[in-house]
Amino acid sequence: MKHIETKNVNAYYGENHVLKDISLTMKANTVTAFIGPSGCGKSTFLRCLNRMNDYIEGFRKEGDIFIEGEDIYDKKVRVEELRQKVGMVFQKPNPFPKTIFENVAYGLKIQGVKNKKILEEAVEKSLMKSALWAEVKDQLHKSALSLSGGQQQRLCIARTLAVEPTTILMDEPASALDPISTAKIEELISELKENYTIVIVTHNMQQAARVSDKTAFFYMGELIEYGKTKDLFTHPKHERTENYITGRFG
Amino acid sequence: MKRTGEKIIEVALSTSGLITILTSVGIIWVLVSESFSFFQVVSVWDFLTDTQWTPLFTQKHYGILPLLSGTFLVTAIAILTALPIGISIAVYLSEYAPKSFRKSIKPALEILAAVPTVVYGFFALTVVTPFLQSFIPDLGSFNALSAGIVMGIMIIPMISSLSEDALYALPKSLREASYGMGATRFQTAFKVAVPAASSGIIVSIILAIARAIGETMIVAIAAGQQPNLTADPREAVMTITAYIVQVSLGDVQHGSIEYKTIFAAGITLFVLTFVLNNISFWIKKKYQEKYE
Amino acid sequence: MNNTLKNRLIDSGFKYFAIFCTFFGLIVLAIFIIQILIEGVGRIDWGFLTSLPSRRASKAGILTAWTGTAWILGLTALISIPLGVAAGIYLEEYGKKNRLASIIEVNIANLAGVPSIIYGLLGLEIFVRTLNFGGSLLAGAFTLALLILPIIIVATREALKAVPKSLREASFGMGATKWQTIWYQTLPAASGGILTGIILALSRAVGETAPLIVIGALAYVPFVARTPMDEFTVLPMQIFNWVSRPQHGFIVNAAAAIIILLLITFVMNGIAIYLRNKWQKKVNW
Repeated sequence: MKHIETKNVNAYYGENHVLKDISLTMKANTVTAFIGPSGCGKSTFLRCLNRMNDYIEGFRKEGDIFIEGEDIYDKKVRVEELRQKVGMVFQKPNPFPKTIFENVAYGLKIQGVKNKKILEEAVEKSLMKSALWAEVKDQLHKSALSLSGGQQQRLCIARTLAVEPTTILMDEPASALDPISTAKIEELISELKENYTIVIVTHNMQQAARVSDKTAFFYMGELIEYGKTKDLFTHPKHERTENYITGRFG
Repeated sequence: MKRTGEKIIEVALSTSGLITILTSVGIIWVLVSESFSFFQVVSVWDFLTDTQWTPLFTQKHYGILPLLSGTFLVTAIAILTALPIGISIAVYLSEYAPKSFRKSIKPALEILAAVPTVVYGFFALTVVTPFLQSFIPDLGSFNALSAGIVMGIMIIPMISSLSEDALYALPKSLREASYGMGATRFQTAFKVAVPAASSGIIVSIILAIARAIGETMIVAIAAGQQPNLTADPREAVMTITAYIVQVSLGDVQHGSIEYKTIFAAGITLFVLTFVLNNISFWIKKKYQEKYE
Repeated sequence: MNNTLKNRLIDSGFKYFAIFCTFFGLIVLAIFIIQILIEGVGRIDWGFLTSLPSRRASKAGILTAWTGTAWILGLTALISIPLGVAAGIYLEEYGKKNRLASIIEVNIANLAGVPSIIYGLLGLEIFVRTLNFGGSLLAGAFTLALLILPIIIVATREALKAVPKSLREASFGMGATKWQTIWYQTLPAASGGILTGIILALSRAVGETAPLIVIGALAYVPFVARTPMDEFTVLPMQIFNWVSRPQHGFIVNAAAAIIILLLITFVMNGIAIYLRNKWQKKVNW
């Protein structure tokens, strides 16, 4: 079943043509990794999937993107609802300068949920899912900024899970973390796969190989190669892909 | 030879810097010494608790409260006017507006602060008061309301500019986190950005209050000359600054107790603004570079 | 669950409210200025600019007021520019991390927040009484110079800070002393920014009224000042005096004088902004 489908997506920042004719599909409950050298368009493409580029001045997109069968750039789609369904985790942990509880409850609160019990349950559930509950359950009302970097990133994942998305976009979620924290995040991704569709941008090829089912290689705004992760890393079809994964450039 | 020349220059330059310290010392010395002899005649207790201020009448009272209440009333009206407008502008410019618009409108708003205050006084008296009288019939021709509103318009750029700086300095990632969860710009601005930038916003408000308390010409022209212990914005009030102007315009004997009242009033004003300014420095220092 | 719709309505509602706020102050100011122009522009003629003050509104002019403003502007500039620029240079180029400099710095921040009328009280005691200048131009200029000193110092520092270190190093590298480097390299490179700050500070001085009232500047001066020791009036004083009178004729005079004062203020601010933009372009080496 096609969960995400993009058709001939082109994107521009002013004059710069940053995405060229990207068409691909992703299945539900899989992890897809986007790899490629910096500036190749992988992050831009990821951000198209929940319209995070909308507020960027001079950004323009052509082509269609469907998530769960819905054209997400259709005029009828409310971008706020889309982002509740398609959550995002960013490169650097970016908790709000609020308490741990408030961070996780934020998404529900902005939807108008006021019932304390519902909020408490949702916070607990989300923190469990992101494997942070045990570490923070006694300090829910402490500032989120007091957590370590790895914990902050798992908090950001919990925050995203709290609004019950179907899809989670991760933009180099472990690039700012130490190896142990990175391992925890990767483990978490594998667990979350059961219930969510995950798209992850990474510059770390071992990471892509470890966590993803399929991998897409981007270069200069083009999708060079897309296929099963195992195949792509062992038998790349294109020379550029091979050069990149063997570390000859990038 | 070259060495001595260099040294002389450095000393000359630092002397110029010392002038600013002499200025502060001078201000404090002048205020303290003149009000010291004032307080030998009038007790501090009377000064702080008497509810009448009539140094220029035969029946003399030296209670600062009416001047303080006048000052605070006009300041409160000014802040109530400037705060919602200033914060809205700051949020709009940092969270909504295109960069080019932000860049061109910020200096334009500074014009509001560049207009001489005597001109604002004229506006308050000849434009705003008659306008307000058309729907508040019992508004006097001198009143706290119109002076306060006009003062509020004057301090809009103080609040909007400093608050905007504080909001703009927040990392982009904080906003993205909120947008990414489906928040609107409004929710992101008021639930995430404004709380995160609150120290800078509070600093801007405190500085605006200090500015309003020390503002002279608008109130001297439009708020009236009656030391009135009232919270009614329709009435005429006298601020500390307006009192100093009133005495300075008349011919009060140097060295008389009336003459010394302006220094007693002045030191009150100085303490108020000094405390406010230093609270703002303290907040700024404490919360600086939280996101570095 | 149509909270999304509600949230979106609030969002765009606020957006339009905020746009309104952004223009509110400027629109109000525009209304004020139009009112003033309607009221006062007809009153401005050669006679208004060249007449002495008078008890009769129709005969009164602003000759003493604008000449007083010109005197004050010149004298204040003479006093404040060398002091302010020198102090700025000291703090930025010499005083890094020394005790005196940090005290001066805190002190300047505090001085910048002192209400202008307090400077009037200082001027009254020090310049008018102790130094016996009386209510003269000199007393007024010294008072205003102290008032705007913090602005000039801060502007000088900012401008010097913007000059790249490489320029200083190049000069030192050729054996120049510290002062030679400042005088021949750093200061010229920062001059645009310093000039902008000076003009803005002087424009502030031109519009000040309160401190001059306190030091005893007069509203009624029947002659044009000839020396710095003469008594004086300035445009804002004259406006204040006319505004305080009940007869409509004087309100018209005040409006006319305000037009002249605003013209001076806006021209000075305009020049400052022009210089700043020009200099900022140049400083991006």
